[in-house]
Amino acid sequence: MEDEYPVLLDTFLIDSEERLLVLRQAEQAADAQSLRLAAHSFKGSCSNMGAPMLAGLCKQLEEAGRREQLEQAPELVEQIEREFAIVRILLKSERQRYRH
Amino acid sequence: MAERLSILIAEDNAADRMLLSTIVSRQGHRVLTASNGLEAVALFEQERPQLVLMDALMPIMDGFEAARRIKQVAGEELVPIIFLTSLTEGEALVRCLEAGGDDFLAKPYNRVILEAKIKAMDRLRRLQDTVLQQRDLIAMHNEHLLTEQRVAKAVFDKVTHSGCLDAPNIRYLQSPYAVFNGDLLLAAFKPSGGMHVLLGDFTGHGLPAAIGAMPLAEVFYGMTAKGYSLAEVLREINAKLKRILPVGVFCCATVLNISFQRQVVEVWNGGLPDGYLLRGSGERLPLVSRHLPLGVLEPAAFNDKYEVYPLALGDRVFLLSDGVLETCNKLGELFGEERLLEVIAANRHLPALFTEIQQALTHFSGEQQDDVSLLEVSLVDDAELSRPPLAFADNGQSHSLDWSASFEFRGETLRHFNPLPFLLQLLLEVQGLRPQGGALFSVLAELYSNALEHGVLGLDSALKANAEGFAEYYRQRSVRLAALTDGFVRFHLQLLPEGAGGRLIVRVEDSGSGFDPQQVPVEPRDAHSLSGRGLALVRQLSERCSWGDGEPGVRVEFSWLPGA
Repeated sequence: MEDEYPVLLDTFLIDSEERLLVLRQAEQAADAQSLRLAAHSFKGSCSNMGAPMLAGLCKQLEEAGRREQLEQAPELVEQIEREFAIVRILLKSERQRYRH
Repeated sequence: MAERLSILIAEDNAADRMLLSTIVSRQGHRVLTASNGLEAVALFEQERPQLVLMDALMPIMDGFEAARRIKQVAGEELVPIIFLTSLTEGEALVRCLEAGGDDFLAKPYNRVILEAKIKAMDRLRRLQDTVLQQRDLIAMHNEHLLTEQRVAKAVFDKVTHSGCLDAPNIRYLQSPYAVFNGDLLLAAFKPSGGMHVLLGDFTGHGLPAAIGAMPLAEVFYGMTAKGYSLAEVLREINAKLKRILPVGVFCCATVLNISFQRQVVEVWNGGLPDGYLLRGSGERLPLVSRHLPLGVLEPAAFNDKYEVYPLALGDRVFLLSDGVLETCNKLGELFGEERLLEVIAANRHLPALFTEIQQALTHFSGEQQDDVSLLEVSLVDDAELSRPPLAFADNGQSHSLDWSASFEFRGETLRHFNPLPFLLQLLLEVQGLRPQGGALFSVLAELYSNALEHGVLGLDSALKANAEGFAEYYRQRSVRLAALTDGFVRFHLQLLPEGAGGRLIVRVEDSGSGFDPQQVPVEPRDAHSLSGRGLALVRQLSERCSWGDGEPGVRVEFSWLPGA
């Protein structure tokens, strides 16, 4: 994975910012189905990237979307954004180590 | 490492897609990527990858629909689809399988498990591939075999149909493909107007069983047409089959020689179930196997001894193959001899028996039989049979008309050799005699058997007055013939041109009764017992028949006109 690793980190960070945007829009539009799908997809890549806390929050949001319990959504999206901010700092410093 | 596969990854999440494609290509496979279902289907159609890793939830077209379409495009080929999912609800996993998924891979991805799953799916894919290849191969072989059988059957039909199975005194039941069950049914007219009939059953099935039928039929038809006797035909068939067939392949057979003029049937049964001679009087005589099948014994050990029975008009001979007795019903019971005998015993009108047996078999098994051979031959009036003209291999252009020849056949020869085919072949070189070939043969055969049986062997035809005497007559004939060392039968042949046509004069003489010059019979010598049916036949078939006039023996004449 050595050569591709920094690229993978970049890809994840860019992709994740897009997904957060989609999550926020779906939450504001109170679109349970979109919220669920976006949370599900983000959950998968978070677990793959070794961010289990973030994946856990995504799972709660996906569940809320599935049950159409949108009252929990703003709180969860905010938690996800906070957790992602931490993950991003960690990944960016990880990314620094591979900049030659 | 396993064979390099081409693997399609369909995943909308860029990071996951990248992660997965890196893992998979590190494992040595070629990777194609798609970011939604629609792209995945298009890429599949274009590149035909061997395996698909498919995310379930994707924009534009989800993984379920894409899986369905890919399976449809793949057709018979197995293209394993592994669903990539963090779905945990059972219902969603069921949907994956229903859409055609073969396995799941949960996120987060585990490299080792992914590799193991790809390998397992590859094994499955190859297995299916092998199955398909073998199926196609079997289908091809089967088609090939059927073509071969069609060709073999066409050739075989040409050979068998050269006979006279369609004669009005023969009825038979046999599947068109019976030859591939090893069953064989042949019938041919002899030059004398009699008939040879053979029902045979080769061991085994399929082409190996059919293969022996060809030489057998060739010998049967070839020798019968040339006027050889039943015993000679049997000897030659046995020797030929013994020579060419592998050990363990042989032919159970019953062979009949029916003479419509003399109203007798000769029967030889080697290994077939009992046949039956059924008389109009209701009498039933079993025709029992007394020999090993054809093709088993060395020629020197072969026994051509046959039984002779007198026949009356309307008498019938029934022959059957094993298949009749071994017909099974739904309980697995065999039809068996007992049931057959019950059907025969219940018969009140002999001509209906054939149909009654057929119906009993169908009723018993509940279906049409295709491995059953059943044959009925009846004695009919000679005039009811229309015989084909004798067939000749040459064009008959070269013939000589003015010659004479004498032949003397002595003891040792009389025991083993039948001079009639030899003489007939010689005489039928004369084209003008060919239209009378049948009559000529019958007359020569009658004169020869008179000379041999009454003249040389001294048998008394008065014996043949009843059935026991009949059997005794033929028993004495074979005993005396086997002990024969002396005596002779002479044929004097004379061909004369007569106008543009010609005349054949044949004189047959023999060494007389028991070679005792003191016992000169009071009858004109050499005409001994040429009486009754035999004499009538010779008189009827030849132009002139006489004895005495200072010459020994019986003299017959045939003549022909030009262009005859």
